[in-house]
Amino acid sequence: MLTEADQAAGLRQQVREFLAGHDPAAMPRLEFLRARFDAGLAWVHYPAGLGGQGLPRSFQAAVDAEFVAAGAPDNNPARIGIGLGMAAPTILAYGSEEQQQRWLRPLWTGEEVWCQLFSEPGAGSDLAGLATRAVRVKGDGEAGGGASWRATGQKVWTSIAHAARWGLLLARTDPDVPKHAGLTYFGLDMDQPGVEVRPLRQLTGEAEFNEVFLTDAMVPDTDRIGGIGEGWRVAQATLMNERIAIGGGALPREGGMVSLAAAAWREHPEARTPGLHDRLIRLWADAEVARLAGARLRQQLAAGTPGPEGSAAKLVFARLNQELSAFELELAGAAGLTYDDWTLRRPESLSFFGRGPGYRYLRSRGNSIEGGTSEILRNIIAERVLGLPAEPRTDTRVAWKDLPR
Amino acid sequence: MTITSPGEHSASQGASPQTPRPGTPRGPEAPFLRHGASATTDGSTEGTRSAGAVPDLRYTDAEEQLRAVVRDLLADRSPLTAVLARVDAGEADDVPLWHTLAADLGCAGLLIDESHGGAGASYREAAVVAEETGKAAACIPYLTSAVMATTALLGTGDADLLGGLASGRLTAALAVGFATMAPPPGAARSWPVRVGQPDERDGTGIVRLSGTVSGVAGALAADVLLLPGDGVPFGLYAVDATAAGVTRTPLVSLDATRPLADVTLDRAPGRQVATGEDAARAVAAALTAGAGVLASELFGVAEQCLGMTVSYVKERRQFARPVGSFQAVKHRLADVWVAVTQARAAARYAAACLATGDPDTPVAVALAKAASGDAAVLAAQECVQLHGGIGFTWEHPAHLLLKRAKSGSMALGTSDRHRAALAALVDLPPPPGN
Repeated sequence: MLTEADQAAGLRQQVREFLAGHDPAAMPRLEFLRARFDAGLAWVHYPAGLGGQGLPRSFQAAVDAEFVAAGAPDNNPARIGIGLGMAAPTILAYGSEEQQQRWLRPLWTGEEVWCQLFSEPGAGSDLAGLATRAVRVKGDGEAGGGASWRATGQKVWTSIAHAARWGLLLARTDPDVPKHAGLTYFGLDMDQPGVEVRPLRQLTGEAEFNEVFLTDAMVPDTDRIGGIGEGWRVAQATLMNERIAIGGGALPREGGMVSLAAAAWREHPEARTPGLHDRLIRLWADAEVARLAGARLRQQLAAGTPGPEGSAAKLVFARLNQELSAFELELAGAAGLTYDDWTLRRPESLSFFGRGPGYRYLRSRGNSIEGGTSEILRNIIAERVLGLPAEPRTDTRVAWKDLPR
Repeated sequence: MTITSPGEHSASQGASPQTPRPGTPRGPEAPFLRHGASATTDGSTEGTRSAGAVPDLRYTDAEEQLRAVVRDLLADRSPLTAVLARVDAGEADDVPLWHTLAADLGCAGLLIDESHGGAGASYREAAVVAEETGKAAACIPYLTSAVMATTALLGTGDADLLGGLASGRLTAALAVGFATMAPPPGAARSWPVRVGQPDERDGTGIVRLSGTVSGVAGALAADVLLLPGDGVPFGLYAVDATAAGVTRTPLVSLDATRPLADVTLDRAPGRQVATGEDAARAVAAALTAGAGVLASELFGVAEQCLGMTVSYVKERRQFARPVGSFQAVKHRLADVWVAVTQARAAARYAAACLATGDPDTPVAVALAKAASGDAAVLAAQECVQLHGGIGFTWEHPAHLLLKRAKSGSMALGTSDRHRAALAALVDLPPPPGN
């Protein structure tokens, strides 16, 4: 049996052979990325034929490192983060073989950007209460007897929708059953007249997100992901991957937001006060302990024995970002009373770096709201990890259409 | 500060053949205590890894087996109701239980080399035992004898004392106030005991020690006291706890499960076991390892408090529903659970660093002691609060854990002092003039 080291060495050799036949400097970027996908070197933990080789996820780093070393183009992962982190695992878990063949390759190469059409103005934490309706209609010319769906409603907090070709749409297909049972999951073609995307300006001044208005937007039934009425279960897969993505990856000691606070502290002795010193040490220690907890979680994942500790990561990360950026802003003194730029901009990815502490302070407010509020996460920990009883509810057994609104 | 001896010790044991030592007292479970089976398993390049890389923080199978043996013993012999009865009777030290854990299960010799009759294990295993003693609020001098006093002696190679400790025949205590924190490397530090001239009839190597050490944990249960004595040179001295000139005065301790005493010496006979820099290193190593392993004990206290509270709020009904179904209660317990998960990672990191003598040990111990101490106090306070009225009574054991948590969080350096030490270690200097 091959050891992990043997397998990693074999993979690196595969990459080198691939690079020998595909010179990144001499090929158009997209062609190179398509070839890499077809060679099973895109995401090695995906199945053969879908860009991978069915290997453990841990081998991906060795492959990426070889491509980086060769100066190969990447697929701009920050821009297609929703596709890579949420759409792809959902399609892999619940999509048909045809859907996997159709969607995963252009998703990975970045040719087709994906966005997530879940939240609505009236459905945030209570996502299962959403009101966007999808109604089954006769297909266009009834070719092949295929039916379609017509979707109408309003979605909100949609990152990158203005650049997206596809949307992960969760819509109500049956209002006559309790809310969780009446949802269906679709891949929505964003490139059609029934889809209107408007920027949603946020309190930082920019617009990372959009509102998406659906007016009789059409979805062929072949783009339904999972069964009719199974949308809630499919959406759970997407949301679990979202929280993993937001919880963050491996960092070195004093990496991430704490690095900015520590650097500012060292550079500005004149700004130091005893109170800020105490806060900084606590935050530094908390960040380092959170880093160790993250490392322990990854060790468990790598060994195939994941614990529930991942649920803690996003809670801790949100609090640390908020407190570290508040610290940084206060340390900045008079400069902290200014802001770098209120212009309405449309960033394609989120970065806390490259902007001022005021931006970080404001943007981090969203960390405890987006991807599941900290309150909802505490409920999830209490009920799913600690096994505490659910609160009595009145909304889960009656038909969605009869709920008070 | 580096803790050289334990690191060399466990590294050498990892490669040694696992042949049983005849004549070493062991229970049937003793094979779990052998170190070879429990070395870290991730294959990380220990010794060469860069600062900030993370060793294996999971529990090995052997560590879990060791835990099960200790947990079963404590559940059988020392449930919290029995601890409460013991505290009520003013018989804090559970001598028979300690003898079973120390001698029969071999837990007193975890850190001691096999050549001295120990198990040749490491701080990783010692920390797992500490987690269980914390969960049980066990009234035994495990931390003070098997971890702190033992660590002080590891570098001395004192075969008599190490052999006695490993077999469980002797119990020792480092006679330093339990609030004391390891001094930073090179720091001058004065100890309250003075070294005087021997009597005419004293044998060679004997000196006479005088002075009072306040608030020593484990002193009442100890056969041997290890005293840092000021003089030229500074030394570490072993004193028979029952010798003429030694007085141990029990204090009323905040945590009655870990009794404290003042130790007064009036020309008590002491034998030098280390001197000068070696002695200073031995004392610092003992205090550092004590704080690191206490972090695991405190993590155990926190986990126990969380478990007890979760069980209780599932059962307790008010307003015709379990109180654990109220969001106000759930959110508090979710926060405790988060603190516990964080503390576990920090405590495991400290144990792993202590086990290999990692240069990052001072950072790891400071992080772990602060994180676990704070988590234990949070969990214990929430345990009392969420139990409501019953949690405020003497009859309910929640107060045992609260006192163990609060006292432990202050012992061997408060969380705040450990964070201050951390600030110096990671270059976060205080405001100018502070």
